Amino acid sequence: MNSIHDMGGMHGFGTVHAEPDEPTFHEAWEGRAAAMVDILTYPPSFRVDRFRYLRETLRPDLYLTQNYYEQWLYIAEQALLESGYISAEELARGKAAPGAAKREDAVRADAVWSFLHDRAHSSRTLSTAPLLAVGQRVRARTMQPEGHTRLPRYARGKIGTIVSHHGGHVLPDASAHGRGDAPEHLYTVRFMARDLWGDAANPRDCVHLDLWESYLEPA
Amino acid sequence: MTQHSHAHDDSAEIARHHHIHSELPSDPALRVKALESLLTEKGLVDPATIDAWVETYESKIGPHNGAKVVAKAWVDPAFKQRLLSDATAVIGEMDMLGSQGQHIVALENTPEVHNLVVCTLCSCYPLPLLGLPPVWYKSAPYRSRVVLDPRGVLKEFGLELPEHVKIRVWDSTAEVRYLVVPERPAGTAHLNEAQLEALVTRDSMIGVARVQA
Repeated sequence: MNSIHDMGGMHGFGTVHAEPDEPTFHEAWEGRAAAMVDILTYPPSFRVDRFRYLRETLRPDLYLTQNYYEQWLYIAEQALLESGYISAEELARGKAAPGAAKREDAVRADAVWSFLHDRAHSSRTLSTAPLLAVGQRVRARTMQPEGHTRLPRYARGKIGTIVSHHGGHVLPDASAHGRGDAPEHLYTVRFMARDLWGDAANPRDCVHLDLWESYLEPA
Repeated sequence: MTQHSHAHDDSAEIARHHHIHSELPSDPALRVKALESLLTEKGLVDPATIDAWVETYESKIGPHNGAKVVAKAWVDPAFKQRLLSDATAVIGEMDMLGSQGQHIVALENTPEVHNLVVCTLCSCYPLPLLGLPPVWYKSAPYRSRVVLDPRGVLKEFGLELPEHVKIRVWDSTAEVRYLVVPERPAGTAHLNEAQLEALVTRDSMIGVARVQA
C-alpha cells in the first residue's frame, strides 16, 4: 500500500539523531510488547508479513509520532482480534470471557533460545527455473497494490541490473493476505543513484533492493 | 477476487483496525499489561517466557556477535573470502543464524567502496548478529534520506567520504539481512582476534561509522 511507511526518498523529516549508549528498551513495557508480538508467531503462528502489513495500516499520523513498540502493541492487538483469538471486549477488559478456551502450547521460558535460533525461514524450493539472470537489465514494475508489498515507490518504473539470485522465497504480497507462501525467485537488483534520483546524485553511488520476480520485467 | 473488491476489503479492514484502536486506553504501559494478562489467562503467552525473551535481547544477542565475525574476517583471509561469498553458510557454522537473520550477505568496506544498510519500509535488521536496532535506524529521518542522500546522512554521523568513494546502499526489502565488514583500522597489527573484536562497533557494521583503533 502507498502509505507513510514507504518513505525512501522523502524530504522533511529532519536530521538523524543517534542516542549515545542507547538501552535495548527505554521502558519495561516496550520489551514486553516486542516479546509478545514475536512469541505470537508460534502459536498462533502469525506471519511476519502480516505483522508488517498491520503496522502499515496504522493511521499515518500515528505511524510518524508513536513510539515504535507501541506500534508493535497495535500489531499484536490487531492480529489477535482479526484472527479471533481474542475479542474486542476481552481486550478492553484485559480479561478472558467466562468459559473461554485455554491453550496449553505457549512457548516455554526454557525454549526461548531454540525458538529464536530455529525460527522458520522464508526460502522455498522452486521447481520453475528463474526467468531472469545475474547481469540482466530489469525494470521494476509500475504498480500500486492496495495491500502489502515490498517494492518501494522510489524504485517503481526504474531500471537496474540484477547482481544476485537468492532462489525461491515466500512472496510477502501473498503471505500477508492469507494467500499462502506463493514463493517466487528473489533477486538483488542494483539501481544507480542517478537512475533513481536524477543527475544531481553522485554517479558512483547506487542502491540495492531485494525484489521478487513478479516485481520485475526485462528492460 | 477482482482488484476492486480486494481494494474495498482492504480499506474496510483498515477502518475497522482504526476504530478498535481508538477505543483502547492511550497509555501503552497499561495496554501492554492488560494484553499480557489476557494472553496469559488464555494460555497464549507465559510471562516467564516474556522475561526470558527480553533478557535474551538485553544481554545475549547483540553487536558482540557480529564483532566476532568481523574480527575473524580481519585475521583470517580464507575465512573472509568464504564469508563474502556465502555468509549464510559461514555464520551458520558459527551457530549465529536465527530469527530475522536466516539469510545473510556480508559486504566488505574498502578504501574505494563504502556499504551501508537500511530498511526504508520498516525496520529489518540482522538481529542475531547485531541485536535489536537502535531508535535512529527505525526513524523517519534515516529511512527516508539514506537512499537519497547517503553522503549527507553519513556526515551527520561524522563520516565524510571523499567524492571518489563508491557508496552502495542496501535497502533490506526481503528476508536477506546485510552485515557490513568495516575496514580494519591502521595501527592494529599487534592486536589479537579478541582485542580486535572489542574495537568493532554496531554502527560500523551498519555502515554509518568507521572502526577506530
